[in-house]
Amino acid sequence: MNTQENMLLAVTKNDNVTSQKLSGADAIVQSLIREGIDLLFGYPGGAIMPVYDSLYRNANAINHVFTRHEQGAVHAAQGYARASGKVGVVIATSGPGATNLITGIADAQIDSTPLVCITGQVASHLLGTDAFQETDVIGISMPVTKWNCQVTRAEDIPEAISKAFYIARSGRPGPVLIDITKDAQLAEFDFKYEKCVGIRSYNPAQKVKTKAIEKAATLINMAKKPYLIFGQGVVLSEAEKELKVLIEKANIPAAATILGLSALPSTHPLHVGMVGMHGNYGPNVLTNECDVLIAVGMRFDDRVTGDLSRYATQAKVIHIEIDPSEIDKNVKADVALVGDAKEVLRVLIPLIIPNKHDSWVQEFATYHQVEKEKVIHNDLAPTCSELSMAEVIHEVNKITNGEAIIVTDVGQHQMVACRYAEFNKSKSNITSGGLGTMGFCLPAAIGAKLGAPDRQVIAVIGDGGFQMTIQELGTILQTGINVKIIILNNEYLGMVRQWQELFFDKRYAHTEMQNPDFVAIAKGYGVTGQKVTKRKNLNKAISEMLASDNSYMLDVRVKREQNVFPMIPTGASVSEVWLSK
Amino acid sequence: METNNKYSLSVFTENHLAILQRVLIILNRRRVNIESLHSSESEVSGVHRLTVIIRSTEETAIKLVKQIDKQVEVIRAFHHLEDDTVFQEIALYKVPSNAVVNGINIGSLIRDNYARILAIESDFMITEKTGHQEETHDFMKKLEPYGILEFARSGRVSLTKQLAQMSALN
Ligand SMILES: Cc1ncc(C[n+]2csc(CCOP(=O)(O)OP(=O)(O)O)c2C)c(N)n1
Ligand SMILES: [Mg+2]
Repeated sequence: MNTQENMLLAVTKNDNVTSQKLSGADAIVQSLIREGIDLLFGYPGGAIMPVYDSLYRNANAINHVFTRHEQGAVHAAQGYARASGKVGVVIATSGPGATNLITGIADAQIDSTPLVCITGQVASHLLGTDAFQETDVIGISMPVTKWNCQVTRAEDIPEAISKAFYIARSGRPGPVLIDITKDAQLAEFDFKYEKCVGIRSYNPAQKVKTKAIEKAATLINMAKKPYLIFGQGVVLSEAEKELKVLIEKANIPAAATILGLSALPSTHPLHVGMVGMHGNYGPNVLTNECDVLIAVGMRFDDRVTGDLSRYATQAKVIHIEIDPSEIDKNVKADVALVGDAKEVLRVLIPLIIPNKHDSWVQEFATYHQVEKEKVIHNDLAPTCSELSMAEVIHEVNKITNGEAIIVTDVGQHQMVACRYAEFNKSKSNITSGGLGTMGFCLPAAIGAKLGAPDRQVIAVIGDGGFQMTIQELGTILQTGINVKIIILNNEYLGMVRQWQELFFDKRYAHTEMQNPDFVAIAKGYGVTGQKVTKRKNLNKAISEMLASDNSYMLDVRVKREQNVFPMIPTGASVSEVWLSK
Repeated sequence: METNNKYSLSVFTENHLAILQRVLIILNRRRVNIESLHSSESEVSGVHRLTVIIRSTEETAIKLVKQIDKQVEVIRAFHHLEDDTVFQEIALYKVPSNAVVNGINIGSLIRDNYARILAIESDFMITEKTGHQEETHDFMKKLEPYGILEFARSGRVSLTKQLAQMSALN
């Protein structure tokens, strides 16, 4: 594509137009600094070496975190972005360096995480020739990026980068990728940086439509059984306060999607839990009982809705969503409020009449009581000698009081952590939701700690997922970052084993794992670790871990064959929740 | 089951080839069949228009248009039923120049069908016919007895029956 032509269409804000002669590589680093970036994640290689040389010379202005794998770099940038609300930046070399980014970029795309990824590319005269470490990164990354472009001339670098940041962070955030050829990194030109403030073909922030808001307010005011589900949109638009004001004013019970967790404190009396496949009983079942369903910053993922044809068909649906393509995609909206959640809620709240729905709110409590008796009680006070995953999370809550950032991987431990962890502050739940990427947790936790250095960051990982990015212990070793790692070790790919037990007659095909001595491995990387097998040692071990000034790992042995309930099996409706086998 | 119709998607984009690939990715992900594809400049300088003919339900067409519209370099995207557009396709036929069947010379067949001759070489000629797919197809059937050496048909060029489509560029 012709980048120069492309750039002419970007509106830019001209802060500082004095130009200086720079190489393309120096221009990349200076552009990042102008965007307020003081930290990035990456891994070096041939086609990106000029940029690394520039980073070496600019180490006082910009800190580079050297991960052990490019996938680790993207996940770390995701953790950083989600803990801080800023854009995560990643750099990698061409070919294998760039392809190693793809899983993380796909994860960021589906979970709306703002990232700017910069990859080196072979010199422009070699493009398309199968040159050493050449891959069509633009082609490969196109389906999983919000935008991408290739730059072959140094003078196009500043505008490509300013456009990239603007696109990544505006509207529904997402990952962008810029592929920069080595000759463009080496060539010199007159550098000046102008921040992008708009693009003709791109309209990220639609004006909120007053008529629709009035209609939504009427529905809410007339509702007998209003119910609100909040997603990550609330976190991304920082609408936590507005969400709280709305539900308190109209007395609306509210549940989180997995990525919405922590937008409302867990202990809030109107927070009724989590929706979805392993969500709470009442929030799922009562979706099919409410008369008005208010969906805020969420996209009705199939893991939330179950069978769509039997999802909330009785309810009037109000969908507050920044991405117009999400409206009516899965669930038809009676009123669509397209816009930033915070802005929409701000206009909506004054139109809402204070209300009470005591008996409706009580229904959630009744369902919760059943869930407590049938599921939660067994999870938290098991009669067997082995520890349950839930007990471990519960012990963590007692010590952190919901103040920690909980980063999870993918599997049973993730579902249990999301069900039982308490959150007092927003941006405290970091997990791979849409893509379900094993290996996400450890690097994301490293990034989260860098994004929120004053907070305790706890990585809750399965024994399987830990081994997908275990090499990032090396990043901890080299940077001295303080993250706490809890392996909920069942020596199984537990979630897959659960499905094999329930749907494949216990044929445990390749889910049992022979694991290494994790404590010994951690020690090799300079991380203190403990193995915990007994209930009586759990509290002390967690306390010691959290009191430590350094990274610390607990290998907690949990009951090997335990299932996560409640569960909505694939194809079932949200009202057909299993509380046990 | 909702019925499948022929829809014409008009996509106005910045002048980028990459956006063509993004649009195709969106269509392919939903396994939508593309019947024809045409890209050209539009009335606005620097803006390209892409016309994609697909067969799908209206619901799918609407969802596709929204997903296409949200791409950074797409200015606006629309979907139209065939009846709401005026369209043409152009077909080229390479035939032997001196062919005669049942005493009818190929030259008169061409004239009688409102086709025209674009090029004449010593042993073949290239004729052109503009029209809807059925018309260019019918003409091909008529030429077949004379022997068709080569055939090609363009994608659909279409405009809507509204006065103006793109008000987004102000
Ligand atoms: C990269 C990747 N590969 C495979 C899967 C499929 N998968 C989902 S959960 C799971 C098991 C995870 O096992 P473990 O990390 O030990 O967690 P547990 O379920 O035991 O808590 C697997 C294999 C996945 N989500 N991601
Ligand atoms: Mg496991």
